[in-house]
Parts: sequence; structure tokens; C-alpha cells
Amino acid sequence: MSKLLLVAFEPYEAVQGAGFAQSLGVPFDVLNLTGTAQSDAGAGKVSNANLAELPSADGLATSLRAIVDGYSHIAAISSMQSKDVMARLAGLLDAAMVTDVIEAESSTIFKRPIVAGTVIATVEVLTLPVVLTFRPSGFPKPKFGVASVVESVTFNDQSMARRVSVTARGGTRPDLTQARVVVSGGRPLKDAETFERVIGGLADQLGGAVGATRAAVDSGIVPNELQVGQTGKIVAPDLYIAAGISGSTQHMAGIKDSKVIVAINKDPDAPIFETADFGLVADLFDAIPELRAKLGGVEN
Amino acid sequence: MTILVPVKRVVDPYAKVRPLPDGSGIDTGGLKFEINPFDEIAVEEAVRLREKGAATVITVVSIGAAQVEEQLRKSLAMGADKAILVESDAVWDSPAIAAELAALAQELKPDLIIMGKQATDDDNNQAGQMLAAKLGWPQATFASKVEPVDGKLHVTRETDFGEETLEISLPAVVTTDLRLNEPRYIALPGIIRARTKPLEKRPASISPIPKTRTLRVESPPARGAGKKVANVDELVAGLKDRGVV
Repeated sequence: MSKLLLVAFEPYEAVQGAGFAQSLGVPFDVLNLTGTAQSDAGAGKVSNANLAELPSADGLATSLRAIVDGYSHIAAISSMQSKDVMARLAGLLDAAMVTDVIEAESSTIFKRPIVAGTVIATVEVLTLPVVLTFRPSGFPKPKFGVASVVESVTFNDQSMARRVSVTARGGTRPDLTQARVVVSGGRPLKDAETFERVIGGLADQLGGAVGATRAAVDSGIVPNELQVGQTGKIVAPDLYIAAGISGSTQHMAGIKDSKVIVAINKDPDAPIFETADFGLVADLFDAIPELRAKLGGVEN
Repeated sequence: MTILVPVKRVVDPYAKVRPLPDGSGIDTGGLKFEINPFDEIAVEEAVRLREKGAATVITVVSIGAAQVEEQLRKSLAMGADKAILVESDAVWDSPAIAAELAALAQELKPDLIIMGKQATDDDNNQAGQMLAAKLGWPQATFASKVEPVDGKLHVTRETDFGEETLEISLPAVVTTDLRLNEPRYIALPGIIRARTKPLEKRPASISPIPKTRTLRVESPPARGAGKKVANVDELVAGLKDRGVV
């Protein structure tokens, strides 16, 4: 008997993940680690762990190990955090694991990108249980209406690793992976101040999030958590604006599910123009102020 | 501190790869093979730890066919002391790799295993965490800085929201992210020295039983071809037409 446990690291993941669970056609429960999850998205049971702070991966995986018996599938939305924890859980269970699922052909056959997203592999799971991480953008929104049983669970932090310091640079902008609009910049933005003024300014006008290329991160213009691409954040907004970004395979793998891609680049041969829905060959330092002026009255 | 560095042979990470016409795998014809770039960063970090006086012996290990010797020799040229080639033509998924490496770790008893966070061919991001779980060791994944402090490690790691520093006691598993270091250029004397460093070939200690298998590979669905606009006015009109602003 198949049954899925959806592990929500953030409360909103309970609803996004419900779409994935429903499309597998497998009954599911939700384990919500922080905050309070919505409980009308079809889960049989929603368990809230009410953690003020997530334990480090080893401790969290140990806690999860103690409650996953009886589940054939244990799944979480792909993130650095979930990959850290869920792969350790798979190790504790000696279970199969499939990372970055983008499509389910059945409850044991999944599609996932490999080689920086240039190839899609179809993978069959040969033994259960299986641990999965998935990208929610490829799955439909869940059907609502069924009220779940809601309960609390208690996790004791049994971590071996000790957290010495945390730098979280949130700010007021929406989360990259959740935003409706993402504005990203590359190395031509030169420095942090210019990046914030030009890219941040446009993002704020559109109510969007800010992203960047690996090159911009590596040159110290922006912090690492803004990196968009195969080894950074995978985004799927309605509108993705890439300014001063040539479009490496690695970067494109992280944005190709965006509904509309805009590229602004002064190099007419930049590879991003092969993919962009709207490509503007222009100096971004001229084009973005003009775009901001002409979008002036936009409502968000 | 002794260090074990698992390395994987992968198709040139900068080459454009395509599926074979029959979808049975990736067409690697005419392409070079390299050390997985994240593993190369791991070898570099191990060598730097030794240069700082924090590490003694560095052993690199790889599982695969005879050609893997090429990547092990390169790791030796970077500064590793000895290499182990676990010879096998079998298909190894991450749980099997973790089991084989766990058996090797129990034999060699390294204080630190440092390896890439993922391989650039299958992009799984699993083996390091699974290995740490099997050994019951702490883990610090996606490392951007590794510092020995009083017999422990302080590992700064990249997170979804910024970064954090973990203190882990040894033995432990660390996986590397891109910004941990830039691997050194290998000069000729290193390449020559690597030829005489010990490289042990041995059979696998487990029989890998795959838990997953790849049924086929294919190219991703293409987005529509790109389209250029002449000016900002056309761009704004297009965005309004698509309903995204």
C-alpha cells in the first residue's frame, strides 16, 4: 500500500507539495516543520512540528527516520536544505532516492534533469521506500476541500553538528523561488551598489525578487543565495528579466520554466537571445531606466 | 588528520552533451573526461589543509573502469599521496557508492572525507549525505570555507537564505560547493611525481544492487525560438500583451 509523507520545510510547501502528491495518485500526509500549514489540500493528516529553528541535517534526519516507517514515498520540494536532509534520511533508510523530479509518469517512474539540465532522464525506482525531492513548477495546483486531521509532533534536537553562526540576508523582497517576477543581473553590473540600484530598483517596481548569475556571485557583486541556475536556485516566475546575462547552459537550466523570458544585452550574439521571448539588444544602463519610466504606472 | 577524497570521472562539464539517438544514454563520443569539478575542489581543499599543517595523508579513491586511473593520477598530481581504484564495470547508483565508500572508510579510518556536493553528469547530490548517514558521522554539505579549530572543523556552508557555520567533530563528511577554492594549475613536476605515487587496484567489497535505473534519456522540450524586439516600446507592448506586467 503506497503512502507518501510530504516534508514541508516552509509552511507554503505543504500546498505546493500537495499538487505533486496528488499527481502521483498516492494518499499523503504532511509533516510541517515550521509554522502552521494549510490543512485543506487533500492530506490525510497534517502534523506540525512547530520548530522555532531547524536542527542541522544530521539531527533532523534522525528525527525524520523515527517517524517515516509505513511510508512508501518520502518527498520534499528541492532546495539546498532539503537535499542536505533528505539524502541523509535516504542513507539512514538505505532507500532509493530521486533528486529534482520534474514529472511523474507513475508513482515509481520519474523524469529529472541531468548534466546541468541539457538532458532529461527517466528513472525507475526499483525498491521502496523511495526518497524524492521535486521541483514544484511542473506539477498542477492541488485540489482543495478535504479537511485534514491536524496534530502536533515533538522533535528533539539530536544534532551532532553545532551551529556556530547564521547569516540570513532575507530583506523585504519576495523569495526567489516563489516570486511572480524575477529580475536578474550579471557581471556587467560591476558592483553591489550599481546592482542594487539598477536590478533591485526594477525588481521593486515590479514587486519582484532579485537574482544573479554565478559570475556575478563569484565576483562578489551579490551574495551566493541569489545565484540562479543549475547549481543555484531554480526559478519559474511568470516574468524573468535577464540583464547583462549571456545565458550559459548552467544559468538557462535554472530559468527555462519561466513563462516569459526577457533578455537585455548589448551583445547581439549572446546565447540567451536564442531562448528569450523578448530579446532587446541594448546597453542595460540605458534600457532599464527607459523601461522603468515606460512601465511607470504598472500595478502589481 | 588523514583525509579520504572520493573522485568521479565525468564527461567534460563544459561540453555540450546530447542523448544517443536510441535514448539509452548520453553520447560521449569524441568528448573528454575530467574529474568532477566539485571533486577537484575537494582534492584541492585536502591539499591546502595539508599545506596548513592540518592534514597528513591524503588518499583519493574512485570506483569504475580502468580509465578512471587518469583522474586518480591527476588527483595525485595535485598533491594527493596515494590512490585506490575500485575496479568495476557495474552500474553504481548513489546508495551503492555510499555503501562501498562506507566499507572503505571503516577499513582506512580517515578523520575526514571530503567530496563534491554532486557530480556534474547525474546531478544527484546524494552520495556524501548517504555516506555520512551510513557511517553515523556528522556532515557539512555545500562548504564554502573549512577551518580546523581545536581538533574540530568549522565549516561555513551555503544555504538557501545566506550562509551558516557549523562546528563538527571528526570523523566527518564534508561536501564542497563552487566557492570553496579554485583548484591549482598542475605543473609538470607534479605530473611526473604522480607517476610514481602508489595506486592500488582492488575489486569492490560489495555487489552493487541498484535501487533505481535509468530507462531512457532525451533532450528537454525546446522553448519556442527566441525573438528580438527593436526597442523598449516594443518590449513594453509585448509584456502587456502577454499579461505579465
